[in-house]
Amino acid sequence: MANLMSVGTAIFNILVYPGFLFLGVLSLVYEYADRIIYARLQNRVGPPWYQPVADLIKLLTKETVIPSEANNRLFRSIPTFAFAATAASFLYIPVWNNRSLLPFDGDLIVVMYFLTIPTLTFFLAGWYSSSLFAEIGGIRAMMQLFAYEVPFYMSLLGPAALAGTWSISGVSQFYREHPLLILINIPSLAVAIFSAQGKLERVPFDAPDAETEVVGGTFTEYSGRFLAMFRMMLGAEMVVVAALIAAVFSPFFIGGNAALGLFLFLIKVLAVVFLLALMRAALARFRLDQMVSFCWKVLTPVSLAQILLDLIIKGAL
Amino acid sequence: MSKMIVPLGPQHPALEEPESFTLMLEGERVAAATVALGYNHRGMEKAAESRTYVQNIYLLERICGICSHSHSTCYVQTVEALAGAEVPKRAQYIRALIGELERIHSHLLWLGIAGHEIGFMTLFMYAWKDREIVMDILEMLTGNRINYGMNMLGGVRRDITPEQGQKVLEALDALEERTEYYKNVILQEQTVAIRTLGVGRLSREDGLRLGATGPVLRAAGVVKDIRKDDPTEVYNELDFKVATDEHADVYGRTVVRVTELMESYHMIRQILRQIPDGPLSVKVPNRIPAGEAAARYEAPRGEDFHYTRSNGTDKPERVKVRAPTLANLAAITHMIDGGFLADVPIVIAAIDPCFSCTDRMVRVKDASSGRDDVWNWDKLRQYSIEWHKKRGQDLGYRI
Repeated sequence: MANLMSVGTAIFNILVYPGFLFLGVLSLVYEYADRIIYARLQNRVGPPWYQPVADLIKLLTKETVIPSEANNRLFRSIPTFAFAATAASFLYIPVWNNRSLLPFDGDLIVVMYFLTIPTLTFFLAGWYSSSLFAEIGGIRAMMQLFAYEVPFYMSLLGPAALAGTWSISGVSQFYREHPLLILINIPSLAVAIFSAQGKLERVPFDAPDAETEVVGGTFTEYSGRFLAMFRMMLGAEMVVVAALIAAVFSPFFIGGNAALGLFLFLIKVLAVVFLLALMRAALARFRLDQMVSFCWKVLTPVSLAQILLDLIIKGAL
Repeated sequence: MSKMIVPLGPQHPALEEPESFTLMLEGERVAAATVALGYNHRGMEKAAESRTYVQNIYLLERICGICSHSHSTCYVQTVEALAGAEVPKRAQYIRALIGELERIHSHLLWLGIAGHEIGFMTLFMYAWKDREIVMDILEMLTGNRINYGMNMLGGVRRDITPEQGQKVLEALDALEERTEYYKNVILQEQTVAIRTLGVGRLSREDGLRLGATGPVLRAAGVVKDIRKDDPTEVYNELDFKVATDEHADVYGRTVVRVTELMESYHMIRQILRQIPDGPLSVKVPNRIPAGEAAARYEAPRGEDFHYTRSNGTDKPERVKVRAPTLANLAAITHMIDGGFLADVPIVIAAIDPCFSCTDRMVRVKDASSGRDDVWNWDKLRQYSIEWHKKRGQDLGYRI
């Protein structure tokens, strides 16, 4: 009976909370938030609240066209891999309290590893589409990966080094106990926000799917439900990245009350999404070479200095 | 890295109109580029030969959806020169007023497109929202947002009341404030600067050699503006500076266009101050005396050229139009070569292309044999049938 219960809990965790359903709803909510904030910053009215759902339903009902040149099986399965990896990483991120569902020492590294998989799938999706623009988009996604991934990792390792743990739950527990220490990590937060734009392929780092250059980029040949899957995945990835940044860089947690904790979580993620939308509205697209040199010459040294600072302070504490 | 051939067009999100650019890529760099035009030939010149001079005003106004007033004014000037008609001063001022308002709306539209091409959608949204101010003014004055239908042979069709003039002045204040803001954005926003500075360079010498015109040439420091060099109508009575810049790249072209916006506000204020009272038009006969005439006009995109030949009837024997984009097209491949793929859209957009206005009939002449081959319909059909047969697609019947 207890065995059956735990199987039931596992299925519930995968399908409902914090798995597909919860993450799916969150991704739609924050896609709407992102779009309305972006629109208001641009002097536009913006979409109605149900627009992300309507877009999703519309895409799901559309005909799916698979190019005859493309590798059929991989073309179909790649979006699923991308979404699965994103959803899996969400299991290790704290939601309503400062403890995730399955915390263990080292889950920070695992989450980052999971978050690399979507970018790899972009490359594979572009490559196996056998389309010119998709291939260029895929290669660009890969080149960006080498640029933003290092500063993104290091920007999260700095705060973790100060906390002395590789577990996200441990990190947030540490900053809950020492809230003032978070002020030291502000440069790291800036680096994380910048490189998150690269991970999410948004302006200013959206060269892989810049429509005026490479049409749809990686997704040029994707349509119908496979494109819907990719779009869901992008929304989910934004939530996961925002939640990860919120968990590592914000010391505000309330234990005990689940509803209040969830509310606080939503506000924190919203704040990160707001920063992401603000950057998207205020900046022009970087060229790929400019993006790579910006990541290596500015973001990486800043996060290196941050790690050094964190280690010195840790020694002093 | 292996070479890759990328077709940019005839259908591509970076292009508003069909045009084919073929890029040979080495990695992200463009090793070679070719342009092929002729995707939107509308037969306007031929159509003009079967219409009367009056009907042609409205036909030729539709060459371009943005610089429509430039084309119709340029055409009307050739016909008036043939007929020897002296256009009343008030009509000339109204033409200049509409012309400058058109320049404002065209340049604001371009600013938005430029933002779109470099992924700066906020600039696009802002510029196009402010463009609505001038569109409303144009609608109030002429009844239309584009294709104003203001010109007639020998004058203009509508008058401007003092109240309308007042509204134009109010709109100018709002536009001037916004343009100052855009100037600051362009000069200070770092991501705009890194995407435009040094991109698509066209030196003064190359610009003159390749026959570039308009803001593209002025951005290379060449003081060349038909309004100054060959002033028609009232432009020699207005005080204005020709906007130039020394950057000779996309950044320079942006600065030139924004400066021209400021000059246009300045000119419209003068027009509204100086406009004299008087009749709006003079009578021009339906039958135009035989002869030929040409006119030049500084359209927002550069020098627009019209030529009309009359044989004494009420229909022209020949109308020839050269839109400014054709002059700038030759410089595009020069500007793209050696640059980045990511810069190609903004470099193309920086000439403010209007490909559909550009396409005219092309007569192919073999340079070596001198053979002048004109294909008629039967020959074209025969060629098509053979083309398909060669590929095993015999349709089995005569098309």
